[in-house]
Amino acid sequence: MTGYDEERIATLLRLLPPPPTGWIEAAAELPLARAVIDSIVARAEADAAFRARLVVDLETALEEAGYEASPSVLAALRLRLDAG
Amino acid sequence: MPTQTDAELVARCRAGDPDAWNELVERFSRYVYAICVQAFRLEPADAEDVFQDVFARVYEHLDRLRNDEAVRPWIAQLTRRLCIDRLRASRREVPVDDAEELEPSGVDETVAQLDEAMAVRALLDTVGEPCREILDRFFARDESYRTIGEALGIPSGTIASRISRCLSKVRAELEGRS
Repeated sequence: MTGYDEERIATLLRLLPPPPTGWIEAAAELPLARAVIDSIVARAEADAAFRARLVVDLETALEEAGYEASPSVLAALRLRLDAG
Repeated sequence: MPTQTDAELVARCRAGDPDAWNELVERFSRYVYAICVQAFRLEPADAEDVFQDVFARVYEHLDRLRNDEAVRPWIAQLTRRLCIDRLRASRREVPVDDAEELEPSGVDETVAQLDEAMAVRALLDTVGEPCREILDRFFARDESYRTIGEALGIPSGTIASRISRCLSKVRAELEGRS
């Protein structure tokens, strides 16, 4: 790396502000949420009506089924359900 | 302490190291966020959805990555694709087939700058504390001298000179690597 003065370094550091803390926490919890995600996917595979409700409105269907889903869990579930 | 390479961090994630995923999210969260809001100018709600989707896919598909050292370009590509999908979904009423038409101008340049910024940011670990914390709080978090001083227990009147010295240390590190 060449041609970096202090002003350029400062400009580059300004380009990377942190996202809201909650976003990072939600993404970081994915491994812990794995068991919940797996259980929801397994139930969707065994129960066509549940799967249909999930596909129509994931958030509402999860709430009705008693699951508390964070944004990261919702994103992971969408991915798994689309692939399935 | 030398910073762990991206490849080493990916390997630890694959091996199931419980702390490695947190570190990976921490390392790339600003990068993904910046691509969403600076390169694609997504609204906060859309940016959050893309952000979570990116990390869900990274978590799910990390074992598909062929070259562990290439995790950053892979994440960048994934983020760009999901940002385009999001823009496409929000403009459904106007049919747009070509991804290039959806991509705002200057995305390549912005992502290139963010890559440079990530490289400089990685050096903050090598200059150590309190420089890393001071520079991050002042430039990236946009905190005032007073806030930084109170948080770090440093007289706020000395923050400006410390910032200047810390920037010089980062510059010296950069020159040492050229």
